[in-house]
Amino acid sequence: MSRRFTPKVVTANHLLEGDSVWLTVDDRWTRNMAEAELIEDEAHAQIRLLMAESQPNVVVGAYLADARRGPRGPEPIHFREVFRTRGPSNHAHGKQVEVGNV
Amino acid sequence: MYEYSEFDTAFVRERVAQFRAQVERRIDGALTEDEFKPLRLMNGLYLQLHAYMLRVAVPYGTLDPAKMRQLAHIAERWDKGYGHFTTRQNIQFNWPRLRDVPDMLDALADVGMHAIQTSGNTIRNVTSDHFAGAAADEIADPRPFAELIRQWSTDHPEFQFLPRKFKVAVTGSPNDRAVIKSHDIGLRMLRKGDEIGFEVVLGGGLGRTPMIAKVIRDFLPVADLLPYLESIVSVYNQLGRRDNKFKARVKITVHEHGIDRIRELVEAEFALRRSTFGGADQQILREIEARFRRPTLRDGRPADAYEASRAADPVFRAWADTNLVAHRHPDHAIVTISLKAHGATPGDASADQMRVMADLAEEFGHDELRVSHEQNIVLPHVHKADLPAVHARLAAAGLGTANIGLVSDIIACPGMDYCALATARSIPIAQQIATRFDELKLEHDIGPIKLKISGCINACGHHHVGHIGILGLDRAGVENYQITLGGDGTEAASIGERTGPGFPADEIVGAVERLIGAYLKHRESAEETFLETYRRLGMAPFKEALYGDERQRNAA
Repeated sequence: MSRRFTPKVVTANHLLEGDSVWLTVDDRWTRNMAEAELIEDEAHAQIRLLMAESQPNVVVGAYLADARRGPRGPEPIHFREVFRTRGPSNHAHGKQVEVGNV
Repeated sequence: MYEYSEFDTAFVRERVAQFRAQVERRIDGALTEDEFKPLRLMNGLYLQLHAYMLRVAVPYGTLDPAKMRQLAHIAERWDKGYGHFTTRQNIQFNWPRLRDVPDMLDALADVGMHAIQTSGNTIRNVTSDHFAGAAADEIADPRPFAELIRQWSTDHPEFQFLPRKFKVAVTGSPNDRAVIKSHDIGLRMLRKGDEIGFEVVLGGGLGRTPMIAKVIRDFLPVADLLPYLESIVSVYNQLGRRDNKFKARVKITVHEHGIDRIRELVEAEFALRRSTFGGADQQILREIEARFRRPTLRDGRPADAYEASRAADPVFRAWADTNLVAHRHPDHAIVTISLKAHGATPGDASADQMRVMADLAEEFGHDELRVSHEQNIVLPHVHKADLPAVHARLAAAGLGTANIGLVSDIIACPGMDYCALATARSIPIAQQIATRFDELKLEHDIGPIKLKISGCINACGHHHVGHIGILGLDRAGVENYQITLGGDGTEAASIGERTGPGFPADEIVGAVERLIGAYLKHRESAEETFLETYRRLGMAPFKEALYGDERQRNAA
């Protein structure tokens, strides 16, 4: 029996700003992970990743990251992905303070 | 210090123009990321966890006030108002936007700086003793040689596609402050009769396979420096492994073939290459040396103000005791400015702080500043009479911390707060340890100790050569910190030994506190340093402090 598929989000860095972005269900790139599409099917995840990789002039280094369903939307599982949603811990910089973080 | 020639200036400007066009083509879509990545890396531009990062070369760690002020300007204009000084004596900007980078590079070129060969499989920025030209124990200033190597290695056509990156460090003193045995090539200046030359060591490195460099030539006359270095890199270029990134550094080449075999190959290559240099390199060295004229220090000015302040002001005295080093001129001192205020990020300086340091270098320090690999800034030539004024100005800018060489003077890589390669965070661990020992008011009693933290196995934080090294890892999705003890980055270099299982983030500060407690309990006197106590007693008492008594552990 195959292992149960861990839900995923498609994430990448934005080409111009370099910051973390996530793919939404309506093919936008959002800076708020909670707005991302939570992908619960492995084959669909591969299709969405291909879709992301077909936008090399918008994002860099797209990959699938483990996620889970939270009350407001997808949430990160691994600590690295948690840091990507908020920024560094030593300065109040990055997503944790950026206005219009929607 | 070295000033760019017309050739240098034209070369750097041309490179910026090329990169500007490359960035435009990337944004237009004419270049893919696969095509663009090697081009941006050639110009020091990384894509990190939250943003791009621009790594700017500070050749052999030497800056002047104009350069420092320009770094401050860049930090404010295009970044978030600060810069991060690194263990490679460079500075990194953590938040540039892709479109702005060509402008940042032009601003650097305005003051004779660049980001060339701060990344990629090339010969990287040459590092050196941060006390060069000032230290009392120095044979000669190593920086003209470092500059010669920089000019030779920059855009060297043979060495733009090495198996892996290649790092050279030079020291002009028998006391190694440049960690040369952890570099691909280390050059240690020696005197043999009337002649000056270098002991050449090869194949040092940290990372996942830490190695202490081995002696390949015990005395290399100065005149043979470039042909010999070129012979080494040429042999490595042909022999180094390109099949496996983890075995591609020259330390592995030396390990696999043996230093004796490598020496034979290098000497054979050297016999061919030596005559092709024809003395042009020595002519260039003389021109470089002329640009490194020592500052004219003022004799005869009394240093009474220094002694008076020492006697009257305990805060100044504490700072003078830790942050000053003997200068070759007895009326002067070498000042190390701590970028390690307790609880702050090791190596970070705000634009305002950069300007304060530039002003002090201009007013009191013969226009010289250095970046140390320990992530502090050095004013190498300050008259003792000026020290109270310098200290007061530093203290007012949050730069007066008296902790150089103490437990809170921690080296820490950016770790997972910034770095895409990191497996755990380093900075918060450094902040917590420094804050804790400040609360305990113990660090002056503990005395000299090197605590170094890396956020992954690549060891940018030099944890292998820390008296206490901390390595941050990902253990099943949780940050975990391994401890090594007994590392040493000096001329008596050694690699630290692992104590045992690592500690979670919320236990690592307590673990370090227990290690220090064991040292204080076991040291023979206040003069015996942590490293000396460790070398005398070995791992056992420290392991017990970390993990408890072995019998109790077995019973539990």
